[in-house]
Amino acid sequence: MSTGGLSTGITKRIIACLDVTNGRVVKGVQFVDLVDAGDPAELAHLHAKSGADEIVLLDITATSDARPILIDVVRRTARQLFVPFTVGGGVRSLDDASALFDAGADKISINSAAIKTPGIITEIAERFGSQAVIVAIDAKRKVGSAASAEGAVPAEVYLAGGRTATGRDAEAWAREAESRGAGEILLTSMDCDGTRNGFDCQLTAAVAKAVNIPVIASGGAGSGDHFVEVFKGGCADAALAASIFHFGIHDVRELKAQLQREGIPVRLPC
Amino acid sequence: MITLIDYKAGNLTSVRKALTHLGQESVVTDDPGLVRDAEALVLPGVGHFCTTERLATSGVRDAVLEAIAHGTPFLGICVGMQWQFAGSTEAPETMGLGLFDGACERFQTTLKVPHVGWNQIRRTAAGKQSRLLRDVPDDSFVYFTHSYRAPVVDGVSAVTNYGETFAAAVERENVFGVQFHPEKSGDTGLRILKNFCDYAAERIAR
Repeated sequence: MSTGGLSTGITKRIIACLDVTNGRVVKGVQFVDLVDAGDPAELAHLHAKSGADEIVLLDITATSDARPILIDVVRRTARQLFVPFTVGGGVRSLDDASALFDAGADKISINSAAIKTPGIITEIAERFGSQAVIVAIDAKRKVGSAASAEGAVPAEVYLAGGRTATGRDAEAWAREAESRGAGEILLTSMDCDGTRNGFDCQLTAAVAKAVNIPVIASGGAGSGDHFVEVFKGGCADAALAASIFHFGIHDVRELKAQLQREGIPVRLPC
Repeated sequence: MITLIDYKAGNLTSVRKALTHLGQESVVTDDPGLVRDAEALVLPGVGHFCTTERLATSGVRDAVLEAIAHGTPFLGICVGMQWQFAGSTEAPETMGLGLFDGACERFQTTLKVPHVGWNQIRRTAAGKQSRLLRDVPDDSFVYFTHSYRAPVVDGVSAVTNYGETFAAAVERENVFGVQFHPEKSGDTGLRILKNFCDYAAERIAR
């Protein structure tokens, strides 16, 4: 049997993120000033068609409004979606997670609840498998911080959509999340989010090296070059972006063609 | 009618949704009698190999073996495929069906484990005639998420490389298995599920 030429390893993933509130996709800058960007089910389908490797739907106000995620939006979005589908925002219990899996989510993303009651990571992982649990970390660099000689980047974890500081260190929390059963880390740089000036590659690389599970980089995507940087220098396994796709600045197909030219392995849509 | 075997591990929603999209009716059960009499069986699976222990204690394991012996089409997905092997070092006490030789083992690689994401499949020599992979070009991308992998042995129809080469799909007569998730693998995955449905429909018509 010949396997000559079969590429070793996995492709870098491009994940389209839908930030949802009140059942509509919105986009803001650094978590505020939200504008309408469309219907979640429609946009999810469009992104998958143009080659997005996964879709993430985040209910960005569920936690701050202290209400559960809109299950019907999840169900409607999942119905015609045949790529991995992650849902997050306001997941507080095993029951919340179960309802989302039942509505068609393949993975759930937990953020605030994981910080407050870390046992929930293990609880959901034991019931649905680690592959179904993403721990989302919103991190902000400590003022004036630079990477240390060992590559550590001091950054603090925030919760409730970036409204509350926790005093926790991002790398240490990522390691703990992994040991508690998280299957992936979704790392959002709050400094970069919405700026379109590029990902925080230093912070992403530091977290990616601290854990042995995939790290999804988020926050700051504004051009194809930014994705090249975060896959090369940032050691990201996947990269997530929202607004750059919604308004047609460029689609996933175009982005992946650029990544391939730069020697980054990607799945090209057929 | 395709019977999805429920063993209370993970969720069946995604597989069911994909079958519905293909116009295929399905039913979910954990009843050994219904499994034995099914027209076609799908065992979806995520999570730990030990969850398949429930299939042995509930009598579903024997029912599946009986159905296979009668020629019932059977597709195992992810852990469902691993279960078709002799066992897995993930849960050494738990017996697989032993339809394919060897045990599943954790990836021996310096790459990150689990293996999560889109990777390519390539047919083995025996896999060129695969029913399940009909019209699926070599090097097509499919979605994986797993930490243990099955060995490349007789019956393996396609392989994938992640630091090492492992079994991506198996096939022997009416028994099929895929390590990846066809229900999450876009058009390629839907094609594979449709191939299984078509094979099952032919079997039922006979």
